[in-house]
Amino acid sequence: MKMTKLAVAFTATMLAAGPTLAETLHFPSLSYRTGPFAAGGIPFADGYSDYLTLINERDGGIGGVPIRQTECETAYNTERGVECYQSIRGDNPLVIQPLSTGITYQLIPRTMEDGIPMHTMGYGRTSAVNGEVFNWTFNYPGTYWDGASVIINYLLGENDGSLEGKKIALLYHNSAYGREPIPTLERLAERHGYQFLSIGVDSPGQEQGSQWLQIRRERPDYVLMWGWGVMNPTAIQEAANIRFPMENFIGVWWSGSQQDVRPVGQGAHGYKALAMHGTGTNYPIYEDMQRYVIEPGKYAGTGEEVGTVLYSRGMYAAMLAVEAAKKAQEIHGVAAITPAMMRDGMANLEITEELMAELGLPNFGPAFSVSCQNHGGSGAAMIQQWDANAGEWNLITDWIESDRDMIMEMVMEDSAAFAAENNIEPSCLN
Amino acid sequence: MPDNLLFAMEATLNGLTAGVMYALVALGFVLIFKASGIFNFAQGVMALFAALTLVGLQSGQVPFAHLINAIFGTRIHHFGWNMPTLLAIPATVLVMIGLAILVERFILKHLVNQEPIILFMATIGLAYLLEGVGDIMWGAEVKALDVGLPKGMSGAVDDLTFGWFGYGFYIDRLELWAAGIAAILVASLTIFSQYTKQGRALRAVADDHQAALSVGISLRFIWVLTWSIAGIVALVAGIMWGSKSGVQFSLSLIALKALPVLILGGFTSIPGAIVGGLIIGVGEKLFDFYMQPIIGGATENWFAYMLALVFLLFRPQGLFGERIIERV
Repeated sequence: MKMTKLAVAFTATMLAAGPTLAETLHFPSLSYRTGPFAAGGIPFADGYSDYLTLINERDGGIGGVPIRQTECETAYNTERGVECYQSIRGDNPLVIQPLSTGITYQLIPRTMEDGIPMHTMGYGRTSAVNGEVFNWTFNYPGTYWDGASVIINYLLGENDGSLEGKKIALLYHNSAYGREPIPTLERLAERHGYQFLSIGVDSPGQEQGSQWLQIRRERPDYVLMWGWGVMNPTAIQEAANIRFPMENFIGVWWSGSQQDVRPVGQGAHGYKALAMHGTGTNYPIYEDMQRYVIEPGKYAGTGEEVGTVLYSRGMYAAMLAVEAAKKAQEIHGVAAITPAMMRDGMANLEITEELMAELGLPNFGPAFSVSCQNHGGSGAAMIQQWDANAGEWNLITDWIESDRDMIMEMVMEDSAAFAAENNIEPSCLN
Repeated sequence: MPDNLLFAMEATLNGLTAGVMYALVALGFVLIFKASGIFNFAQGVMALFAALTLVGLQSGQVPFAHLINAIFGTRIHHFGWNMPTLLAIPATVLVMIGLAILVERFILKHLVNQEPIILFMATIGLAYLLEGVGDIMWGAEVKALDVGLPKGMSGAVDDLTFGWFGYGFYIDRLELWAAGIAAILVASLTIFSQYTKQGRALRAVADDHQAALSVGISLRFIWVLTWSIAGIVALVAGIMWGSKSGVQFSLSLIALKALPVLILGGFTSIPGAIVGGLIIGVGEKLFDFYMQPIIGGATENWFAYMLALVFLLFRPQGLFGERIIERV
């Protein structure tokens, strides 16, 4: 008799819980809080989670439907990332953010097949900009090719519009990620007449003696860096050691966080990096973040990373995901959206300066709109510089545009090759 | 003198100092293998754990703060004081000795007379455990380590070589210090093993476990002693590598740099670890220098293993390892 009562109670609970679980918006996070790259993965995951918590606590979710967060540890390992994807693909994930170029490459065909949208913000396969081939992959607001082009445009501005005769070296992480900007920089070298030199560093990048001896011998005018993890502080330390002028050393946005410069101390003063978004807590949104997330102790992690570069990036990724979900709800007229509906929201996303201000993040990210022909946003970025005395990154430029015409040519070539390899007939889904 | 020759000389010099850094890690492996026949997979993680503990003590960080905060809803992170380096280093040594005692009590004691592969597997488990404990205890963020060692280009070497060749060689002062510290470390270990009672006992165990036991040497004490010394060597390696690129998880991967050094120098020889380190250091720097224009860079990770494999073909016991004798 007791067993029957228990069974009835259990069934009633499940029936009551069933619809509740279904009526949540599932935002999974493929994070890495362990492994060699944990120092960068933790603040991103915290920022991503805190923003979604804020939306739940302050707004009661999106369109009245609460957000359900799940986290799967990848340790920045491609195989584990794929396993994570396999474990969540049946759980209605609205958007996959793999946070690794290696995992992205593996998931592109799988997400296409499963009909689950993927957002690779500032990483991944650049040619996914072409939404006619990569229907389910988005890489707004900018790509590595944009990043490389923005740096060259910045250097053109610093050199009265000419890089003729200059020597530019790229120090890159010897991986799919690190090699991404090479074709762009080679093509831009032909256009602007600078000499290009690429120097690889094997992962994780703790030993860079040979590379910096080569830089010392070659005497480049500028060194660009596509690094991640321990490679970044090691490179900045080595640059300081050989007395390379730090203002001529510029990293991509994954080489420009507090984790990269703090270990070097005063030696990192003046180092520059790309910024795809603002940083620091000097934005109105942090009043709400403080009130609804930090003070009640609902933050992820230790709460110490709030406002840092990578925390801001995680928050920005979550913000873009939430805005895409709102767009999807608006397009389809339903609150409990599916991954396919989310894709439509992402494909029609429009971020304006007014919207950013309304969200409490004025001028935090660039204004852009997504279309089938352009999944890559505006491609604009700013340059930030590290002030070791104040211990902060300062934005030293406004948004700098990339050479989108040239990049789109390259995108079309690369995406056409991918389409041919995979028998994809390019077309828009909507 | 031709530029290329000067550059090659500079690469050689840098290879020698880099080799010393590799040797520092390899020494810890040799000590444990020599005394107990265990290939300690956790040596790299021990270096990370030692460096994390040192920085945590220096900065007055509360150990397990995140865990305490999660359980009790508190918000503690630091004690509010900084510990001087001269106090923090001995305190870290005590922590490493404590770790050695725990390893002996909870792992080694239970695995006496087991096959070497079982002991090796146990150290793999220890590595993962220590990684997790280190993370929970001190956090996973990148920490700057400063024990007052000088960094950056050596002006003296630059001036001297400029005077000789008209081209100043680059040498990192930190690596010059590492060379000096490694020399002191090797001399101390030699004096300890040759002239102290415990050192002689350690050598006796290394030579023959059964014979050592029969004359009353405590195997358990020797294991604690060996693991403590390996912990101190790990601390030295952790300080040198942590000063170079910050203290973070990747520090544990320096163990990968030690493996080819061990294959080359032999698993049982302290001079072998030093010479092996120097050969690997110089070899990879010169190979990169000459081959970079042809095959591109990023050769350091695989070249060391390739060199070690070539040695393995001709001398499986390594340059200074004990000769493998099989009696039929």
